Amino acid sequence: MSAADLIIVGGGPAGVEAALEAEAHGLSVILMDEAPQAGGQVYRAPPRAFSGAIQRQADPIGVRLRDRLSASRVQQFFDHTVWSVSPGFRVDALGPKGPVSYEARAVLAASGAQERVVPFPGWTRPEIVGLAGATIMLKSQGILPGRLTLVAGQGPLLLIVAIGILKAGGRVAAIVDLASRAEWLADWPALASRPDLAVRGLAWRAKLARAGVPILYRHAIRQVEKVGARRVSVTVGPVAANGMPLAAPLRGFEVDAVAVGNGLTASTDITRLLRAEHHFEPLRGGWAPKLDAYYRSSVSGLYVAGDGAGIAGAAAAACDGRLAGLCIAHDLGTVAEAEFRRAAAPLRRDAARARRFGTAMAKLMALRQGQVQAIPPETVLCRCEDITRAELTRAVGDGARSLNQLKAWTRCGMGPCQGRICGDVVGAVLVVEGGTREDVGQFTGRTPFRPLPLDQLAGDLAYADLKLPPPAPL
Amino acid sequence: MIRFFFDGRPIEAYPGESVAAALRAAGILALRRSPREGSPRGSFCWMGLCQECTVVADGVRRPACRLEVAGGMVVSSGAVP
Repeated sequence: MSAADLIIVGGGPAGVEAALEAEAHGLSVILMDEAPQAGGQVYRAPPRAFSGAIQRQADPIGVRLRDRLSASRVQQFFDHTVWSVSPGFRVDALGPKGPVSYEARAVLAASGAQERVVPFPGWTRPEIVGLAGATIMLKSQGILPGRLTLVAGQGPLLLIVAIGILKAGGRVAAIVDLASRAEWLADWPALASRPDLAVRGLAWRAKLARAGVPILYRHAIRQVEKVGARRVSVTVGPVAANGMPLAAPLRGFEVDAVAVGNGLTASTDITRLLRAEHHFEPLRGGWAPKLDAYYRSSVSGLYVAGDGAGIAGAAAAACDGRLAGLCIAHDLGTVAEAEFRRAAAPLRRDAARARRFGTAMAKLMALRQGQVQAIPPETVLCRCEDITRAELTRAVGDGARSLNQLKAWTRCGMGPCQGRICGDVVGAVLVVEGGTREDVGQFTGRTPFRPLPLDQLAGDLAYADLKLPPPAPL
Repeated sequence: MIRFFFDGRPIEAYPGESVAAALRAAGILALRRSPREGSPRGSFCWMGLCQECTVVADGVRRPACRLEVAGGMVVSSGAVP
């Protein structure tokens, strides 16, 4: 088994910046990610085999990130799915050539964000994709979600997806936004801290207006039904500020695709597995690991940076990653105190500024309790196991109070996604039934982080080679 | 273009494309049925988390969104074989 000073899990902006910084301060660094190239979801690279137009459209920030990483001495393991991190630390992954394990004195979890979708009747239909999923289709795979797409949910991804569809030659039936126009404007001061993005936002809204795309503020999807071989009917209605549906008027759209998302949540697989302390921060996506000013979690040697530490966006992730790399080098003794202080001060200022913008966006993406409260009983909450809200309510009646109890009662969160898709919303539903998010807790972290083919993990192990204890006498 | 097979049907794809993208572009959205209700499911999160797009490719269960197409690949919808 090989070893390094630091293993970083996640090759997005936080992970790459941390790797470059730590390596520049003399640490040996291993960087692992399941994607074929660095960039994370936000700067996801088109496949290498794609040529021409789509490569040129790749975000230049991501291109620079990949170039800087290639020029470094960071040991890179892309196409490697990390499935376990054990104390001490040992990281297990499955790569193209089979299983690998590495040891390190420190681990940085830079595993980014995942998308939350508030369920509605029909949301499991295959015409429906997540907003984040739609961005990947558009920027990495070069395909449209459909010919005519309804874009719904909340937060900045609404605009990014709608504009992406128009640019790629698709049509957008409508943007259905949980927020009001006033809520977008309320964050103007924070947006002004990134004038480049504010100007881009205005240009986008003008483009949507020219394309005649209606924007329905304070609206949400009520249900989606199949109406033909290739079409679904989407019913949309007005909502109150907390997301609770209001009576009328309902509107219908017939489309062949729906992209919907209700914000991002921190991906906390590693910190949950290692039983680090977490806290619930509704304006940064919900549950996130508790960190000190040096990105240290409550588990010694385990650090967290980027959206996995609470949603703050890509720019903040890059700043935090760099600072985390410096802090780890400081903790591992390759940066002297005076030099650390000198180097950290400007990075801390950059990180604070970047976080202001990210936090404003995260606020627009916060879960709205009224929308959760109004999920109809027949709606599937856990997609893997087809568990409905009515079943959840019944389990609560039977005494289930926490997410883990609910999982044992109903199998909710026990399927192949391991509760990543439903966990946050089901936690909020449990709160509707009584208790706080802290009472309800999170699903306990378990390995493997992803379903993996066992024969590939076992490699050429022969059953006869296993040292088994002798059977107990009868 | 390269060609692979989904439930016996030949599908044209671009080299480098994911199986999920090639199938969606070919108008094939339902990739499996949910185990309990048997309702149709397709690619949803596109980042290997939700596992809704799990298919059986050359005998191995894989999420189609993280699986690059290969010429001649035999893919079937994700029911347990």
